[in-house]
Amino acid sequence: MALLQIAEPGQSSAPHEHRLAVGIDLGTTNSLVATVRNGVATVLPDEQGRPLLPSIVRYAPAGQVEVGYAAQAQQSNDPRNTVVSVKRFMGRGVRDVGHVENAPYDFVDAPGMLQIRTAAGVKSPVEVSAEILKVLRRRAELALGGDLVGAVVTVPAYFDDAQRQATKDAATLAGLNVLRLLSEPTAAAIAYGLDNAAEGTYAVFDLGGGTFDISILKLSRGVFEVVATNGDSLLGGDDFDHRVFCWALEEAKLPPLQPRDMRLLHAKAREAKEALTYHGEAPITARLSGGEFIDLKLTTEVFCSMTQTLVSKTLGPTRRALRDAGLTVEDIKGVVMVGGATRMPQVQRAVGEFFRCAPLNNLDPDKVVALGAAMQANILAGNRAQGEDWLLLDVIPLSLGMETMGGLVERIIPRNSTIPAARAQEFTTFKDGQRAMSFHVVQGERELVSDCRSLAKFELRGIPPMAAGAARVRVTFQVDADGLLAVTAREKSTGVETSVTVKPSYGLTDAEIERMLRDSVEHAREDMHARALQENRVEGERLADAVRAALATDADLLSVEERSGIGRLLEELRATLAGSDHRAIKRASEALNRATEEFAARRMDAGVRRALTGQKIANLGG
Amino acid sequence: MRLRRIVQRLKNHFELFGLQPAYALAIDQLERAYHEIQSRVHPDRFAQAGDAERRASMQWTTHVNEAYRTLKNPVQRGKYLLGLQGVDVSFETNTAMPPDFLVQQMEWREELEEARARKDAAALDRLRARLHADRRTLEASIAERIDGQGDAAGAADLVRRLMFLEKFDADIDAAFETIEA
Repeated sequence: MALLQIAEPGQSSAPHEHRLAVGIDLGTTNSLVATVRNGVATVLPDEQGRPLLPSIVRYAPAGQVEVGYAAQAQQSNDPRNTVVSVKRFMGRGVRDVGHVENAPYDFVDAPGMLQIRTAAGVKSPVEVSAEILKVLRRRAELALGGDLVGAVVTVPAYFDDAQRQATKDAATLAGLNVLRLLSEPTAAAIAYGLDNAAEGTYAVFDLGGGTFDISILKLSRGVFEVVATNGDSLLGGDDFDHRVFCWALEEAKLPPLQPRDMRLLHAKAREAKEALTYHGEAPITARLSGGEFIDLKLTTEVFCSMTQTLVSKTLGPTRRALRDAGLTVEDIKGVVMVGGATRMPQVQRAVGEFFRCAPLNNLDPDKVVALGAAMQANILAGNRAQGEDWLLLDVIPLSLGMETMGGLVERIIPRNSTIPAARAQEFTTFKDGQRAMSFHVVQGERELVSDCRSLAKFELRGIPPMAAGAARVRVTFQVDADGLLAVTAREKSTGVETSVTVKPSYGLTDAEIERMLRDSVEHAREDMHARALQENRVEGERLADAVRAALATDADLLSVEERSGIGRLLEELRATLAGSDHRAIKRASEALNRATEEFAARRMDAGVRRALTGQKIANLGG
Repeated sequence: MRLRRIVQRLKNHFELFGLQPAYALAIDQLERAYHEIQSRVHPDRFAQAGDAERRASMQWTTHVNEAYRTLKNPVQRGKYLLGLQGVDVSFETNTAMPPDFLVQQMEWREELEEARARKDAAALDRLRARLHADRRTLEASIAERIDGQGDAAGAADLVRRLMFLEKFDADIDAAFETIEA
């Protein structure tokens, strides 16, 4: 007979209450949304029963925005205003994007991230992605019948800080509460590992529409630990299509094409590629706008030889990931195949030969990432079921560092560090009386700053005048569980503390995001006050639940006075939650947060102590 | 802030994982303790908690990750353990290495350069196998010196050698990169 309900951290204090959360795979070619219902992860289809949403957005001249199949149907008729594969542009400048000359867009180069001029004005890739996410959010809310607590949004493991931040911004813009950014291969590993009760070291080979990731994971006793990851954020199925497209241009001896013909031929190239998965040859037929008729036949042999370099481009990162993990192919128990492009037989063959084992294809390569993300979202939303006990330990894919003298990079956090991670380094002034220091944060593996990605530049001012070398500026890099970086610089040799914290933002400032939010039709229609109330209420209720659950398990960590103090503030928060003053809710939440800080620290302490005790008992037993 | 208080109470990284401070350690035991602690402090367990708990969770997880990384790596573990006993292994201040060790290092480097020039992956593999055998022997000597004889100062020299070998391992990686490019 249980008189006291004991909630483990992360477990819902009210088991009957299921919080609505989704996993979203925001793909280059297709996007999906999935959720866990009755303990089973399922992809949510659209009203026509189609699970995939083509990641295509069209800004139609009349002002409406079309997303998915509707936009896809118009892509050849209106190529300039129909954005495909926008994921390739996330957090990227025009220079970073391959074969721009073949993309039918009117690019606007902006610092940090390119933009596209459309019939609806200049759009950032963040805004375009947000349109896709909005459709998925509505789909989920309709299917689940309520507001979402939040979403886990997946990103390629090899996405750098700029690309991750852009993805998170897009989700925020779409009105989603991001529970976590999750690496795609890691999401796939969860889905595969939990389905098959897998134990041991596995590789996840993820070749999507536009990105390639290889992750090495260790699965043991419910822990999914990424040991190493590598990849190429500009390599995917799109590139195979492009090879076929170029081949067709050459074979048919075509002059440079108009944008609509370009799109048409690209679509035909993709169809031929897909057909070759099941047939020995595939036709490419199309009538161009000038009346020319294309009628070609592509054989498997020709296709394989023209894409061989692309296939072998996946093996370099694979070797690097293995080396970073300190492993050889013999140590790998299985290779999980993810992403539509892994359907190509030559990719299957190359992976099988490299790892000397048959690749694992028992999960739908299009859906596995969304399913894994849904499982993680379910846990993060607090729907952890009894006995459902697993944990993810992920890494950052690329080293983070600072520019030093001579344009060289000083590495602060090396690649494949488990996140969250923090590392500090001390720097000093090199001139007498120097009052400011400037810092340049970069990401990448190369020695020279110019070969790495620039993430942020900032200055620390107000250093008291001292002799050269006397100032002590401590620069701390903190990477959170989403793989996002914050940098703090602090001078404290004189006791006068001066500090600055930077979150790299790549051309998108908070003000810009706010503008986009205001611009988006959906938000303009909403009453801002109602929205603030809604947000603060969700936050406040979450906090009240969490504190109640903490008191139920760990009240013995508090003195009688502390306990009554927290109890009083909890009551006050509850009272404000019953009303409709969003500022009062926020104030009460903040007060409770402050008052529980010490309690939180003691609970963590106690958790670690319990872990150690359990460990010692386990060791005795073993 | 609060983390510092807790960490002061735990004397060192070994204690954090419930281990005796020693160079030779059971990696699987370290890993199990690491997973056990992470499953209690990780941010994923506090996604629905209040700000205070989420902050504490992030600080703890960061600290535990760093401690694990330090103890798992043979060079870092050696430096850390000697540091606890007041011995600074810092490389810059003491570069004197025994001549026979340096001669062997030079020979290996020559072999590495030749293999790189010939684009000979098999030769690199063989070099790596020898290096790893040497690393294991050296790690056993360090364990014997620190854990067995309690000679921390004497072990510093061996840990410095291990740093050389680790650097050489990274150079082999780099050579693979160039021949695969």
